[in-house]
This record gives sequence, C-alpha cells and structure tokens, in this order.
Amino acid sequence: MTRTERSPAKTGTGNRTTRLLGAGALVASAGVLYFGLVTTPADEVQGDLVRLIYIHPAVSTMAFVAFGVTALASLLYLYPRTRSWRWDRLAGASGEVGVVFCALSLATGSIWGRPAWGVWWTWDARLTLTALLCALFVGYLALRRTGGGAESRAIRSAVAGVLFAVVVPIDHFATEWWRTLHQGDTLATLHPKIHGSQLWTMLLSFIAFGLIYAWLMFHRTRLEQLESRLENEGLAYALAARRAEGAPSEPESGPETAPVSGPEAAAVSGSASGESTEAAASAGLQS
Amino acid sequence: MAPAVRLRSAVALLGGFPVLAGADLEVQMGEVVLLQGANGAGKTSLLRTCAGLLAVVSGSAVVLGCDLTLDRRAVRRRVGLLGHATALYDDLTVEDNVRFAVRAAGAPSAAVEPALIRLGLGGRLRSVGASRLSAGQRRRTALAVLVARQPELWLLDEPHAGLDAEHRDLLDDLIRDAVAGGAAVLMASHELDRASALAHRTVTMAGGQVLPARPAPRSGLPTPATDPPGAAAHQPAGISPPHDGFEVLEVAHVA
Amino acid sequence: MWRDAALIAGKDLRIEARSRVATNQVAPFAIIVLVLFGFALEPDRSFLQTAAPGLFWVAVLFCSLLAVQRSFAVEAADAAGDGLRMSGLDPAGIFLGKAAAVALELAALEALLTIGIVVFYSTALTGAALLLATAAVATIGLAACGTLYGVLAAGLRVRETLLPLLILPVVAPVLIGATRAWEVALGQSLDDGWKWVTLLAVFAVVYVTLGVLAFGTLLEEA
Repeated sequence: MTRTERSPAKTGTGNRTTRLLGAGALVASAGVLYFGLVTTPADEVQGDLVRLIYIHPAVSTMAFVAFGVTALASLLYLYPRTRSWRWDRLAGASGEVGVVFCALSLATGSIWGRPAWGVWWTWDARLTLTALLCALFVGYLALRRTGGGAESRAIRSAVAGVLFAVVVPIDHFATEWWRTLHQGDTLATLHPKIHGSQLWTMLLSFIAFGLIYAWLMFHRTRLEQLESRLENEGLAYALAARRAEGAPSEPESGPETAPVSGPEAAAVSGSASGESTEAAASAGLQS
Repeated sequence: MAPAVRLRSAVALLGGFPVLAGADLEVQMGEVVLLQGANGAGKTSLLRTCAGLLAVVSGSAVVLGCDLTLDRRAVRRRVGLLGHATALYDDLTVEDNVRFAVRAAGAPSAAVEPALIRLGLGGRLRSVGASRLSAGQRRRTALAVLVARQPELWLLDEPHAGLDAEHRDLLDDLIRDAVAGGAAVLMASHELDRASALAHRTVTMAGGQVLPARPAPRSGLPTPATDPPGAAAHQPAGISPPHDGFEVLEVAHVA
Repeated sequence: MWRDAALIAGKDLRIEARSRVATNQVAPFAIIVLVLFGFALEPDRSFLQTAAPGLFWVAVLFCSLLAVQRSFAVEAADAAGDGLRMSGLDPAGIFLGKAAAVALELAALEALLTIGIVVFYSTALTGAALLLATAAVATIGLAACGTLYGVLAAGLRVRETLLPLLILPVVAPVLIGATRAWEVALGQSLDDGWKWVTLLAVFAVVYVTLGVLAFGTLLEEA
C-alpha cells in the first residue's frame, strides 16, 4: 500500500477505499494470526492441526464467492440492458482472484489431509469439486488470454463464465453421489466441534479473507480499467494513422499531428469500448 | 427508391484495428460501383461490412433497408458475397456444395441446375470434389451459388481473379444480367480496364475511407489514384460532409 | 429451425461419409486407446473387466474431442464459417444440426468401442436397457457440450490446444455418471443406476438449451 500512496491516484490503482480495505484486511489478518495461533486452544484429537480451520474454510468459501461473482458479472454482461465493460472487468478480475483462492484452498486442504489421513490427496467430494472448479476457471482464464478483439473476447468469456456456473451444481451432485457411495464426507468428519473463542476466530478469518478479496478486486478491476483506457487512446491514434494512410505523400501528417478532434475520437473509442466518459476525458486531454 | 447501400462515417474494427475509419458510400439499386484503391485501403472490409460480417461500431450503415448497427443478420440472406475465399467444403462435390449453399440461403433447389450449366459446371465437373478444383473452377462454383440465389446486392471481391478469358466475359454477362434484374453490384477490383467498363461509377478508397469522388465517365481510362484539386466540391449531394475536417485538410494539401 | 438443423446435420454427415476421417482415423484411434489401457494396466482379465466402464467412457471422451475439433475444422477451411454466417441459417438450427451430427458419429464409435471392451476386456454385456439409456443421454450431453465449446473456441488461433482444456473439466460429471451407471448395468455395483441417468439427462438438457440460446452470439465472434 505504500506503493499506491507514492504514485499519483490518477494513474495508480489505489484510492481511499482500497487503503481503508487494505488496512482493515491487515488488522483482521493480524487478529486471526494472534487469536488463531496464541489464544485459541488446540483440539483434543487433532492438536495444533485444528488451527487450519482459521484459514481453509474461509479461503474455500471466498473461492466459491469469487466464481459466483464471475458468473453473475458474466450474466450481467450478456444481458443487453446491463451490458457494460464494468461487468467484463469484474468477471475477469474475480476469476483471477478466485483461481488464487482456489489453489490456496487445495493447498491448505492437502496440508491438513497429509497428517490427518496420511495422504496428500483424498477423493473427498468437496475437495474433488474444488479441484474441478479450479480446472474450469484455469480454462476460463486461458480463454481470456487468447487475444483478438476486446468485444469478441468479452463475449466469449462471458458465455464461458455462465456455462461454468451452470455445470457446478451438476458437478456437486456427481461428486457427492460418487463419494458417498464408498465413504462418508471425510472432511466433515474431520471438522472438530468448535466453540467459544474458536468460533469467533473463525468468523474473523472470514472477515479477513473477505477484505483481502475485496482489496484485490478493487486493484485488479482498476488495473483492467487503466488497460482498456490505454487501448482506447490507442484507438484514437490508430484511427488517425489509418486515415493518414490515404495521403501517403504528406510526411508531416503522422499520427501525432493528425488533428482528430477530441469529441469525435471519443465517440468512436467510446462506442467501441462502451466508455464514452472515460474516453472523452482522455481524448480531451490529448487534443 | 431506397439506396442499396448507405454508409455514413462507418467505422469497423478488426482485432482492434480500424479497417474502416469513417467510410461514406451510397450505392443505388441497379447500379454497378467499382471500388479501387491500394492494397490494405479497406476495400475487402467495406464489402464485408456491407455483408453484415463486420460490426459497425460508429457511424451508420443501412444495407437493403436493414440497419446494420441494430441487426447484422437479417441482411445476409439478401446479399451475395464472393470473397477471396470461396467458402466451399473441400469434401463435398461441386453440385453438393452449390445445392447446400442454395438451400441454406432459402433459395429454390430448382435454380441449382440452370446455374451449374450457366457456369459450365454441368458436365463432369459437377461430381468432382471441391478439393480437386483449380482456383478458377472454385470461383465458378461460388459464382454458381450467387446465380442460383439471385441476391439483391452482389458484393464481389476481385471477381475476375483466377478466371480465364472465356469466363471473365461470362462474369461480365452475369453482372449485367443481375443489374438488369434490378440488383446492385459493389465490386472491388484491380483490373480497372475490364471493371470500369462495367461500372457506372468508380470510387477510390484509401486509409479506410472512401475518398470524395467525381462521377466516372464510362471510359476504359483508369481513374487517377489521387483526386485532383477541388475534388471536395464535386461531392455528391447524398454524402455527408467530412465529419472532422480531416479529409478537407488532406485535399487542401494535395491542392 | 428444425429444417436448418436437418440441412446442417445432413451436410456434416455427408462430409464425414466422403472424407472418411471418422472411419479411417477416429475409429482406429478409439480401438488403440482401448488396447493401450490394456498395456498400461494389468493384463489380468478380472482387473480390466472391473475397469471396463471407466476405460470405455474415457475413450469416448477422447473421441468426442476429435469429433468436435473435426466438426469445426471443416468450417474453418476456406472461410466456410463466413458461408455459414452469410447463409442466414438460424443459429439454433446450426447448433442442433452440428450437435446431432457429432452425436451420431459418437454413437457409431460407442458401438465399436462396446465390441472393443467385449473382445479385449471380456466384458459380459448385461442390463441392456440401462446401458443404452445411459449411452443415449451421455452422448447427447457430450455432443451438445462439445459443439458449444467448439464454437466458443472457433476462430481462435489456439483452438486446438484450448478446446481440451475447456471441455474436459466440464464433461467430468458425464464421465463420473456414465461410468457409475454402466458399472450398475454390468453388475459391478449396487448403486441406483437410473439416478445417474437422470443426472446425465439434466446435463444434456442444460447444454442443449444453452447451446440453442448462445450459439448465435458465439458464431458471430468465431
């Protein structure tokens, strides 16, 4: 956060909200660390291993929340009345943050499972579902990085985001029925009875990871916003350069000197990107 | 009668690049218009925009009464596009290809046979797989589809390329027939001698825009690549004035 | 829509009948996969017998990838996709037609693979009704899902490598469900097989519906 304070707010990704969120996340995380490692008691059966309960459930939940946000934002992007680049950016950012949380969830699950069950991986229903979800969203992120036109990419990834959300309930039943056939829900049996300070610490961990998620999301969407603004400015120059091709005999009419009027360039880049206000501001600056 | 094509300051993007940078064009029904310009001037993109394949992100585009900024799909059954690629399935025969394309476009199957014969594909060639055709034969197969479909607007991209002398004459006849039947033809070509003899007028493209044009005489003379001084004054009344003063500036430089 | 679907399915099947890619390449590939499983696992008959349903459906998944890749490679050559868009055919019809063609190809491959597991893994076929019902709904689901993701990746330069990454995690429930149902049918499990058929049917209905709704939007971007 010192980084965002040093750079001017105009070009940086931080603002007062993110600083507040960041501070809150730091305080909450410190609280989780203190209560989780110092004040709460060890479990009778699992010993200190139980302290993973202050990380794993919160991280897993945030992964599912992140993917839910991606699906919802994708749907809002596809619905013509609410189509806005905001939703595309939100879906992409949430997908990225979600994959990180998902990977953390799988890692902490494995770390918990190794001493508890003696294996790094068990085909527990919920763990399998999380792994499937992670694979789905790795594919989603790969799709987002395939290049091509911005709008084409946005539509493709929005459809993919909705499709993935639809398959999750089916995945849920498939993994549940598959595993309950052979054994009970292992992770559920692993969860010890929690009470008092443990419950409060666990609740605090949900708040901490929720704040971290929100903080990451603010920065990531802001970054995407700046990237798309850069592309918009690029489009105004590209239009000018493209028109200048019509007069190859004029060496001085390069893209820099081409007098594309501000509002017109803004209208073009605005309709190409759906952000006339932003583009207008940038085009106004440059002309 | 409403014009077949009316573009106003149309901007179209391809992978973020503005292939059309504010094009203005009007084509009337029953008119043959020749597009000329250097490679990369935006001729193919203009044709694809008129076919509803490229989205118009700014400006307006109305083709055969369909507003392409609202719906690009409705117009497609009514226009015929002959591009560099012929959109044939290599594993199907000439006849199968034509039959599929004609039925897909909702045209009567009865039109297939006369079209095949007209393009000289009625004999042995009809049962040859498209993968074994020469470039000229592929083009003739694609033309047979257009003849059978009878679109209201023909969009031809270098239609003479790859054809032998006999079939070039045939193509010219097909275009004249289409226009006689009331269709409009927009054609991009580098073969100015042949194409401008067919065309009612020639427009020049550069830098993704249609340069302000004079009405071209029906002569075999190629139109100069750069418009002479004062070209802006000859602008047809139907075309909107330059929208940002940029073209005016360019013309002034040339002057 | 149905007329357009029949036209597209007829065209795709005619292309397959002429090019013989399915019979000359995909079918031998399917059999090779079965034989390779035999090499990789114990050649002990009883073990292969137990694993037969799972191996069968894994082989079907691989074949469905190839069938979908092929279905869209045909449209990518010589700008045939442009032709498809220019034809003005109902996109929902195009989706149903292409999915139907893929489903029919898969059904033929499944028949071949069934003979394969009988021969190589000594599988005794029992519970014909459950076997067939499972195969039918699973095949429709795979074809619909594959066709939808096929058009999602169509037109991208990286589509050959992206498509398996997109499709395989999505069809995981089909692999789980179809394998369990076949285990029941073959008498290896006492689970409720029809429960799995229901799940597969839900998968198929969901993807056919989504395909009909979304195919047009995606075809424009292909």
